[in-house]
Amino acid sequence: MKENPQMIRLTYREAVREAIREALRKDDRVFLMGEDVGRYGGCFAVSKGLLQEFGPERIRDTPLSESAFVGAGIGAAMGGMRPIVEIMTVNFSLLAADQILNNAATILHMSGGQFNIPLVIRMATGGGRQVAAQHSHSLEGWYAHIPGIKVLTPATLEDARGMLWTALEDPDPVLIFENSNLYNMEGQLPADAGPVDIHRARVRRPGSDVTIITYSASLFKALDAAEILAREGIDAEVIDLRTLRPLDQETFLASVTKTHRAVIVDEGWRSGSISAEIAARIMEGAFYELDAPVERICSAEVPMPYAKHLEQAALPQTETIVATIKRMMHS
Amino acid sequence: MPSLGADMKAGTLVAWRVKPGDRVKRGDIIAEVETEKGLVEVEVFEEGVVDQIFVQPGEKVPVETVLAMIRPEGMPAVSAPAEVPQAAVKEHVPAEAGPEVKPGLEVSHLPGQPPQRRIRVSPLARKLAAELGIDLSTVQGTGPMGAIERADVERAAAKRLAEKAPTPSVSEKPGPPTMEKPAVTEFQIGMRRAIAAAMSRSNREIPHYYLETRIDMSRALRWLEAENQRRSIKERLLPAVLLIKAVARALGEVPELNGYWIDDRLQPQEAIHIGFAISLRQGGLVVPAIHHVDLKSLDELMEALRDLITRVRAGRLRSPEMTDATITITNLGDLGVEKVFGVIYPPQVALVGFGKITEQPWAENGMIGIRPVLTATLAADHRATDGHQGGRFLEALNRHLQEAAKL
Repeated sequence: MKENPQMIRLTYREAVREAIREALRKDDRVFLMGEDVGRYGGCFAVSKGLLQEFGPERIRDTPLSESAFVGAGIGAAMGGMRPIVEIMTVNFSLLAADQILNNAATILHMSGGQFNIPLVIRMATGGGRQVAAQHSHSLEGWYAHIPGIKVLTPATLEDARGMLWTALEDPDPVLIFENSNLYNMEGQLPADAGPVDIHRARVRRPGSDVTIITYSASLFKALDAAEILAREGIDAEVIDLRTLRPLDQETFLASVTKTHRAVIVDEGWRSGSISAEIAARIMEGAFYELDAPVERICSAEVPMPYAKHLEQAALPQTETIVATIKRMMHS
Repeated sequence: MPSLGADMKAGTLVAWRVKPGDRVKRGDIIAEVETEKGLVEVEVFEEGVVDQIFVQPGEKVPVETVLAMIRPEGMPAVSAPAEVPQAAVKEHVPAEAGPEVKPGLEVSHLPGQPPQRRIRVSPLARKLAAELGIDLSTVQGTGPMGAIERADVERAAAKRLAEKAPTPSVSEKPGPPTMEKPAVTEFQIGMRRAIAAAMSRSNREIPHYYLETRIDMSRALRWLEAENQRRSIKERLLPAVLLIKAVARALGEVPELNGYWIDDRLQPQEAIHIGFAISLRQGGLVVPAIHHVDLKSLDELMEALRDLITRVRAGRLRSPEMTDATITITNLGDLGVEKVFGVIYPPQVALVGFGKITEQPWAENGMIGIRPVLTATLAADHRATDGHQGGRFLEALNRHLQEAAKL
């Protein structure tokens, strides 16, 4: 630990940009490609200014063809490069799902271990910004189903800043899901903040009565809920999964073993979701520690509505978390 | 756990009469089991050495649960620890054991029986209760749908702590098995339920037909009176003995009434074991069997009947007596009932009912006289027999009662 590191104020968007900039500087095999990442500066303005700084060789605008540019990224990675591929939203990534699942995730296996794919794919996920159903879904849980890739979901500035480099150092494909609601989040970060581990979940708030297991933007709703609950004498522990694949079950099982109650907050749909996987692992690993059934708070199983009040009603909210936990605790 | 009645699903092992290492032979009483019908002694049908005991006194287990292992003489003892099956059994009926079962708070995890009231317990609470030796059936649950949670177990433990010092150690097993009888009300509820099940099944499944005949008992009673004159009071015979023996004789002539209706066919039984309905003072009734009535003398029958009634009143019946009657007699004469139309106890196919012996005008050979008359009825399973056989049976019964000396 460095003493009194100089703190700087920045947004999540800026943290991601800093991470990309650092990677481009550190390693000339790294390049960024995707729709509108160059001249337009990225649809969420993440890559604004990078084209001017690093030139069109390293900040490459691509055609509107997710399958093509993700496939190109896979080829570049096989050829020795360290591509960062940006997909505008997770909804569009389905057009590249064949490349991700059938190539990126499997080539190491299919080649008998001869070809790693050191590819990083970044994409925006999540609802809540009134961009309707084709831009708002949270499908990271689907990708967490696939062996051969890693799925990262940075929630904090520190992780937004630090996970990219760690991902680029990984010899295998890594998908990073950035919740688009977080880009404007501002906070303090040490000026010299750097890579973080991607293998462990974090206890973001210790507590003794109930474990809230969540990730990405829902983390902050969970923390807000924990504050409200604390005022009523309920001490919630909040766990940020950070990585959906591989899941760090050790951390959440240890927490559930301590608190004996678990609530999973997941912006994905409930059926067949990552929350279902986590609930199942709690049954397998901590059944005899449970004092109440595991609860899940997920998005309503509808295409994300456009209308603001409907969209907010469809997403997991702080009040829902508070109410669910109060019911579990009979208070 | 042997089935001690057609409707029995589970029993509570009350006491062992043997311990591991004991030699047993066929007919020995090895255990006592509490059923809804009362305390029953369990006979053993094997010869050998008691090897392991799996079910501890106080535990309620489903029928067919292995209670103990008996190995043939000379075979080496099994070295496997007795813990494993015991634990498995406990798992089945987790909250039953222990002395503090509240009346009416019956837990049922028995296969095929709709649960009376399942206790919901969180896994953590169950684990904690096992560690602290808390009987879950005594714990009040405050969770959803009355589920017992950790806090409920902790409350119960704290209460127990307050009630009795010194503190029981964590490893202490639940207390010793109770030998107390369940409260009368609970016992009656259980018995009523058992009778209800058997009789509902009977009325649902068995197409009954009923026959009735009046029997002149003057010759039989005269013979009995003379016979009893010669006997000491202790050895005197009751009229019931004559009736039981006469039924056995008549069954010898109409064997189709002595047996079971199982698998859609009549299965006549060679042995004549007559179930004799005995009502209990606290309500309800039991129908233990007198074995091999046809082979017993009147004296032996009298002895058997006396023994049976004594043991019924004491609540100590043996398991085969509860289950293997081949026909049933119900005698309501001492209550002043003149005739009784009974309900057959399935899977038996007949039931003989005797009313009170009353003086009645009786015409015989063109003369009217006053005679002691008994009304005998037959309720029979129409699937197994027809009125023809039933009529022959009653005729034979009458005939044998006219020649009591030959009984």
